[in-house]
Amino acid sequence: MSKQKTREFRRERIDRGIHVRSNDIFALSSWREIAYLALPRVLPMAALLIMPLILELAGNEYWAKVMVILAIMGIMAMSWDLLRMTGMFSLGQGLFFGLGSYVAASLNHYFQLPIYITIPIGTLGGAILSTVLLLGTLKLRGIYFAMITLAFPLLLIRAIQATNFLGGTEGVRAASFPNYWTIAYLAMFALLICFFGLRRLMNSDWGLVARAIGQDDIAVMASGINVMWRKIQVLFLASGIAAFAGTLMTHFLMYAGLSNFALEYSILPVASVVIGGSGNFAGAILGSSLLTLATEALRALGSLRIALYSLLMVLFALLVREGIFPYLQRRYHQFERRVSVD
Amino acid sequence: MNADFILKVENLSKHFGGVKAVDNVSFKLTDGEFLGIIGPNGAGKTTLLNLITGFLKPDTGKVYYRRKNITGMQPHRICELGMARTLQMVRPFYNLPAFKNIIIPLCSPRALKYSGSKYGERDDIALDYLEEVGFERDTSVPYKPAGILPHGYVKRLELARALAMQPELLVLDELFSGMSMSEVASTMFIIERLRAKGITIIMVEHRIKELIRVADRLLLLNFGKKILEGTPKEVVNSKEAIEAYLGASEEVEQQ
Repeated sequence: MSKQKTREFRRERIDRGIHVRSNDIFALSSWREIAYLALPRVLPMAALLIMPLILELAGNEYWAKVMVILAIMGIMAMSWDLLRMTGMFSLGQGLFFGLGSYVAASLNHYFQLPIYITIPIGTLGGAILSTVLLLGTLKLRGIYFAMITLAFPLLLIRAIQATNFLGGTEGVRAASFPNYWTIAYLAMFALLICFFGLRRLMNSDWGLVARAIGQDDIAVMASGINVMWRKIQVLFLASGIAAFAGTLMTHFLMYAGLSNFALEYSILPVASVVIGGSGNFAGAILGSSLLTLATEALRALGSLRIALYSLLMVLFALLVREGIFPYLQRRYHQFERRVSVD
Repeated sequence: MNADFILKVENLSKHFGGVKAVDNVSFKLTDGEFLGIIGPNGAGKTTLLNLITGFLKPDTGKVYYRRKNITGMQPHRICELGMARTLQMVRPFYNLPAFKNIIIPLCSPRALKYSGSKYGERDDIALDYLEEVGFERDTSVPYKPAGILPHGYVKRLELARALAMQPELLVLDELFSGMSMSEVASTMFIIERLRAKGITIIMVEHRIKELIRVADRLLLLNFGKKILEGTPKEVVNSKEAIEAYLGASEEVEQQ
């Protein structure tokens, strides 16, 4: 039997040695290595910072405004991811968002306070109100916590409607930002500061304990840690971040109304993290950006938009279960090549 | 320095619906003593530990730790006083490297008071504790995700988690369950060392053979009641113990 002279190939997976590349002086050994590490980090950041500039200068006001919404929804998604990591599956981001926006708008409308005061006070006030409202529910876990947080914003909508308090269905008018640049760059920098701040925080020992509570609060309790107090801290932080997003939106739309408590703001952050991937705030931002852009891009389709949008979500949830960001990250660091077998 | 007892349990009872899980149990524990708690499955051993360590609130009865009434106190407050426990169902934080699991107790108020560690120093301290329970420092074992460690290591990780709180009273809930004979032997060595350091230990265990080697006293529970208390020899050879175990009586008789 003559030996057939065909070369056989097998697929070899190459790990690009991310650990060596990023932890060693090797990372600085060539421009290629630096680019390999820096580009995936720098490019999205640069895009976020440049897009408002380009769009506004090009006179595309509509898409320029979408960029602001994109940043605000990114902040919301990160706030949700923070809660989820600590084991609080919230369906009530709209509560934090709405409280923040109502506090800011009321201070502005009834007390004529300027924006640079209403935003910090709205953030703080929203966080305090949200934390106090949810204080009693922190003992609940999983689905029970989710249900109660879902109920709160709906409850506030009905209460405001029924009592005509704070403008009732009319809402409260609020002052706008002096110009587009202020809001666009305030939102974008806030997004980036939240992102890097939260990542740093969750990698610290405080964040380690918070993540451990999300996995198993009994074991953390057995480690001598006051789980309830830690949960309150995380809730305060997360609701503060979402309330801040609410204050931005209020002054951006010049209005705080019942729609700020809408289900949309509660569900979109969840969907963002499902699509983008959780545990890493980059996934939250990626997911919320895609969703915001898709929502606007598909607006022309009318009501068919919702169907397409839902279909997209189902497909992502089924096909890319880990989330887009972890998937891309994995593909970036690993690739396969064909090598001959001799 | 100490009072006449480190732990005093008085008429402790806990009902779950109609079931009396713990029924009027009292005992005392002096400093440095080693108490073993035995009893068949469902005898209320773990419930008793949960009542002592604050994970459950008793219906009636009192628990004193160094003359301080700790009945119904929150678990983290009790830990702060110096009582640490291991959990029967080990739940390591699977994605984290083994040594990062120890960071969590190191962030507790008690550990902060005793080791005074700052962020960044804790990794080293965590490795020290892991070394104490037999994780070889120079190998990759302490750095592996806790989820992929063999069961014996996970159990000892749980022990290290309790030790990181610098306990004066250590409560071990079925530490040996699921361990192989060699793992039990090496863990016994660790426990004897802890005892020599003067840590008071309560140990709930099904491996009676190992338990009577180290325990000063045994407490036999059945149907939530304290049946017998005495030296290991007395308890293990008693008629009551053999009756309580029935199915497991062979193992008891071998002693």
